[in-house]
Amino acid sequence: MKTDFPNLCLRMNPMKTVVSVLGCCLALSLAAADWTQFRGPRGDGVSTETGLPTRLDVGSVSWAIDLPGRGISSPVIVGKRVFVTASSGAKQDRLHVLCYGLEDGALIWERKFWATGRTMTHEKISGATPSPASDGTRIFAIFSSNDCVALDLDGNLLWFRGLGRDYPNASNSLGMSSSLMVVDGVVVAQVENDSESFTAGLEAKTGLNRWKLERPKKANWTSPVPVTGADGRTQVALQSSKGLAVVDPATGQVVWNYGEGASTVPSTAVSGGRLYVPSQGLTVLEAPVAGGEPKQVWRSGQLRPGTASPLVVGDRVYTLNDGGILTCGDAKDGKRLWQLRMKGPFSATPLAAGGHLYCVNEKGLVQVVDPSAPEGAVVSELDLGQAVIGTPSIAAGSLFVRSDGKLWRIGRQSAL
Amino acid sequence: MGIWSWTTLGWLMVSAGATAWGAVPAGLEVPLSDLSAVGPNGVGNEKAAAAWARVAAAEGAAIPGVLESMDGANDYALNWIRLAVETIAQRELAAGRKLPVPALEKFVADTGHHPRARYQAYELIRRMEAERAEKMLPGLLTDPGNELRRDAVQAVMNRATARVASDKAGAIAGYREALGHAREADQIDEIAKALTGQGETVDLIRVFGWVTKWKMIGPFDNTGGAGWSTEFPPEKALDLGAELDGKKGRVRWVDYETRNEYGLVDFNTPFTSLKEVTGYATTEFWSDRARTAQVRLGCKNGWKVWVNGKLLFARDEYHRAAEMDQYRLPVELKAGKNVLLVKCCQNEQTEDWTKEWEFQLRITDEQGTPILSTR
Repeated sequence: MKTDFPNLCLRMNPMKTVVSVLGCCLALSLAAADWTQFRGPRGDGVSTETGLPTRLDVGSVSWAIDLPGRGISSPVIVGKRVFVTASSGAKQDRLHVLCYGLEDGALIWERKFWATGRTMTHEKISGATPSPASDGTRIFAIFSSNDCVALDLDGNLLWFRGLGRDYPNASNSLGMSSSLMVVDGVVVAQVENDSESFTAGLEAKTGLNRWKLERPKKANWTSPVPVTGADGRTQVALQSSKGLAVVDPATGQVVWNYGEGASTVPSTAVSGGRLYVPSQGLTVLEAPVAGGEPKQVWRSGQLRPGTASPLVVGDRVYTLNDGGILTCGDAKDGKRLWQLRMKGPFSATPLAAGGHLYCVNEKGLVQVVDPSAPEGAVVSELDLGQAVIGTPSIAAGSLFVRSDGKLWRIGRQSAL
Repeated sequence: MGIWSWTTLGWLMVSAGATAWGAVPAGLEVPLSDLSAVGPNGVGNEKAAAAWARVAAAEGAAIPGVLESMDGANDYALNWIRLAVETIAQRELAAGRKLPVPALEKFVADTGHHPRARYQAYELIRRMEAERAEKMLPGLLTDPGNELRRDAVQAVMNRATARVASDKAGAIAGYREALGHAREADQIDEIAKALTGQGETVDLIRVFGWVTKWKMIGPFDNTGGAGWSTEFPPEKALDLGAELDGKKGRVRWVDYETRNEYGLVDFNTPFTSLKEVTGYATTEFWSDRARTAQVRLGCKNGWKVWVNGKLLFARDEYHRAAEMDQYRLPVELKAGKNVLLVKCCQNEQTEDWTKEWEFQLRITDEQGTPILSTR
């Protein structure tokens, strides 16, 4: 992680500087380890972690634990804790937020709610499909029923919202999956569906609506993505069947809009100031200058993603179709560079760390890809033996994968 | 004074009474009233957060009293209180202390308490003393709480299944017993399948209590989905003898009776498979008394439901999915005749899985016990 904090420290008292450097290092090491939302803190699926295993075997699994319910949400890792959501019961109406120790997978606390909204989902998913998010001091979780809860990291309840109860036609009979995003004290909940469709900005402190934006009446399973605005502040890209709306999280005001349609399943990836939107294949946009139209950089039908969202690492863009074809393109112009047939099918979005890609198929087969090989190459596999639909997480030199019944830490245990 | 203030005042009056006989833990009256005062749209959240911390810090002995504060609580408050109890219990157990199991058992036995509070008490007993909880189940087969009743029925089912290989007649008797007590549609369905697997016949129409006899009219227009919000004549006045302007000509009411085991009322049968159309179904439902009930609907088309001219709910989602009891709509039935009207809209999609233009409907009490029309 590139930082200029040593320059700042030079202007300080030497003794304080030592303390500050230590403090900063500690803070940065914790920050580097945190994986605070779906596809990580920047929502791009790229981790700065090093040391993840690339040659996987059964010995790569540090620990595996049973979960008390179903779910495909991504784990969130903050400091030395792993947070997971799950749902259980015949109607999937028991909503769990669980906290496990990073080092040993031991349960630290569990909180269980009753759903207040509709819990019906497609059998492939469950109530705990959307991923939770954290601002580093709190965990925010939402479920398919649109029940949303905030807890501190010790499991103390801060607020509860029954968005499916407050807005009784806000539901999807196939299930909701949009993950939460938290930015500048606002929790962004994308509650978009065929009927009462909206995105809400909830006060992180109280859960009250700061804003509520009416959205296209169309089922939508994509998740909000952070985008850096021209002023350096974080904006939120909301994808839908209509296209993409980039909003100011403080107000819910639409800053700019792209209206050429987009997928309602894979989410946009953001890298290097560009947005890789699953629209008419893959369409790459640059934010408009001063309120105009966004600039289309390129568009490619050959890089059309499946269920998994696109992944951009440096000058390469990767898309994975449902059947298991991994396509690598040039991020500069969208030219297809190579394709690699992997063992599918896939729902989970691939992640990148340490120069490798980590892809988990629906059968629970983790496949590590070396994208620097001329045509890409799978360098190792690990069969977890259970269906995996949700996107994993990366923290502390490890990959965290969950199924409906288990949570695995794959990788080294931290040196304490 | 706003509604929540009145609620709080009412709760305080109740809790003051409860305190007199020691149910509400001392010092927690106000925090518990703050938890009970939460409501829709996050109302009361700020106050509740501080109150929650106080309640969650209580000792294990306070759990029955805290659970009691769920009596009369809304669904938001139930979750706040539930988490406080859970937090207390987890802390007590982690410290090696025991929970007040006899008091919790007494709490479960009192059906005057909120069913969810009783179930949470039962779960705590099960965590502490699984055998003790197991022994409680036979007494819960007729419980007014769905979760407790479901577990009790499941235990009977499990015993029946265990007997299938060695004692078929005993297994069937067990399944029959379970069927008689089950109230949730998916559990009824599972038991019925087990019985038919043993060669038994189950009258699912009667067990579920589907409303099977209807009068239907259509098609009216729904081009572009506009029909869903268009008031066609049946919404304005029900005249079963009228001939009306439909989408492609004059239309009239026809008799329809479903014999489908899952009560499916299929508009494609009388009107053929059509797209971008609207249909209506109406029936009389006779009740022996005025009562609170639920209209339970399953439908994957756009729909609206009225009872006695009052709109219960409307939803414009198409072809995502349907299941039994998908929508549970509270209703006040009149003594005597009640008129049900269902609007069912078909959209423009042409895929194979979008052919359905249908619904299933039954009327039950709050727990799911079918209420049959008395005529």
